[in-house]
Amino acid sequence: MQDTSDAFTEALRLITTLDRDLVEIILMSLRVSLFAVFFAMLIGLPAGATTAISRFPGRGALITVMNAFMGLPPVVAGLAIYLLLSRAGPLGDWGLLYTPEAMVIAQTVLVTPIVAALTRQVIEDLHRRYDEQFRAFGLGRGTTAFTLLWEARFSLVTVVLAGFGRAIAEVGAVIMVGGNINHVTRVMTTTITLETSRGALDLALGLGIVLLTIIIIINGLAGLLNTFARNPRLA
Amino acid sequence: MLPLVGRNLCLMRGARPVVDDVSVAISRPEIAVLLGPNGAGKSLLVRMLAGLVEPDRGNVTWNGRPPDRQRAIRLGVVFHHPVMLNRTALANIRFALQAAGVPHREQRQRAMEALVTAGLEARAKVPAQALSGGEQQRLALVRAMATSPDVLLLDEATANLDPGSSLAIEDLVHKARNDGTPILLVTHDLAQARRLADRILYLHGGVLEADSDAPLFFSNPPTRRAQAFVEGRLVA
Repeated sequence: MQDTSDAFTEALRLITTLDRDLVEIILMSLRVSLFAVFFAMLIGLPAGATTAISRFPGRGALITVMNAFMGLPPVVAGLAIYLLLSRAGPLGDWGLLYTPEAMVIAQTVLVTPIVAALTRQVIEDLHRRYDEQFRAFGLGRGTTAFTLLWEARFSLVTVVLAGFGRAIAEVGAVIMVGGNINHVTRVMTTTITLETSRGALDLALGLGIVLLTIIIIINGLAGLLNTFARNPRLA
Repeated sequence: MLPLVGRNLCLMRGARPVVDDVSVAISRPEIAVLLGPNGAGKSLLVRMLAGLVEPDRGNVTWNGRPPDRQRAIRLGVVFHHPVMLNRTALANIRFALQAAGVPHREQRQRAMEALVTAGLEARAKVPAQALSGGEQQRLALVRAMATSPDVLLLDEATANLDPGSSLAIEDLVHKARNDGTPILLVTHDLAQARRLADRILYLHGGVLEADSDAPLFFSNPPTRRAQAFVEGRLVA
């Protein structure tokens, strides 16, 4: 077990010298999370907007499920994806288990409900304000949804950033379907877990500092965008 | 689109009719003022005519057919609280023109002409939501007029505005009428009704008590409650 201050010094050295392993792990984390958020946006934004402006039987139940899935336990999502992608699973032939693609799928499953549920809330509030005017313009449902998504663009970037924050900080699901294989599926959170358990704190601390910095930057961006969203002169 | 007709329109709130067996037709270039005290059902009646609220009984027709989404843009509707998109004044008008199917190459010029009409050309690039209340209401009106609608429906378009802003709106309303657009204007402002109306529809408690030429209505109100309203006495 390293001394904490030595580990901290070594961690800073790893960061400042752009240690190859550290950078590789950070890039893998970013790659997996950015892809996951991209797919979550593709699914979650239209799904949330459509749910917001539509009335259909079972809508209330669907919203309840969407909201509940925001708190989906990562290990449960990981287990479900594992069962799907394992050799004996229905998608076992794809050979995706223990690949970055499997980790993207797992994170997409975790982030999509967040994007969809928060989008639904944002768009529903906006729709209440614009509904009559849009119907007076004769807009169809598709145009209405698209226009509302554009009108809410700054709030929705915050939503997407919240999803990215969830993805990049997630460990349970990606370790189950990614396997934490060195140079293949190792990301920041899984490496921190492994290195800490091994007592090698320098890399764990270095990655922890980077992860924390990323999350602070995300929150800063979200705050900045909220300022833009609230001020029509800046928007 | 014309005539725009509502026949025997009824709208209930619980067991209480808030619009009760009202029939109205808009067909010629004139300013028809829908007058009445607060809570008379004026805004609900306009929303039914605009196809935004479904009547419980009776029906609305636009040129003989029920309202439909495709023709909705042929009605210019301006609400009490102007609804502005989170984009510039110019882009707000362009959005309406695009919804009306105006070709892209014509949109900018027509939007600029509309802004000039409203005296807002210097504010073209200003976010619409950053404009003052009066400017937003003028913008909402010229945005509705820019699509060359067959009818203009204005729901309390000058409520909460200062006299100068109200007069600017009224000038635009006169211009639209002189350009040949029939207008149905909702107000509870008697002085404004006197300034603008060619025709008065007086609504009280959801019941249409008068539909007559404005001079006749003001000189000889047809009901006791209409007379009380014209004389400025409190109407229960």
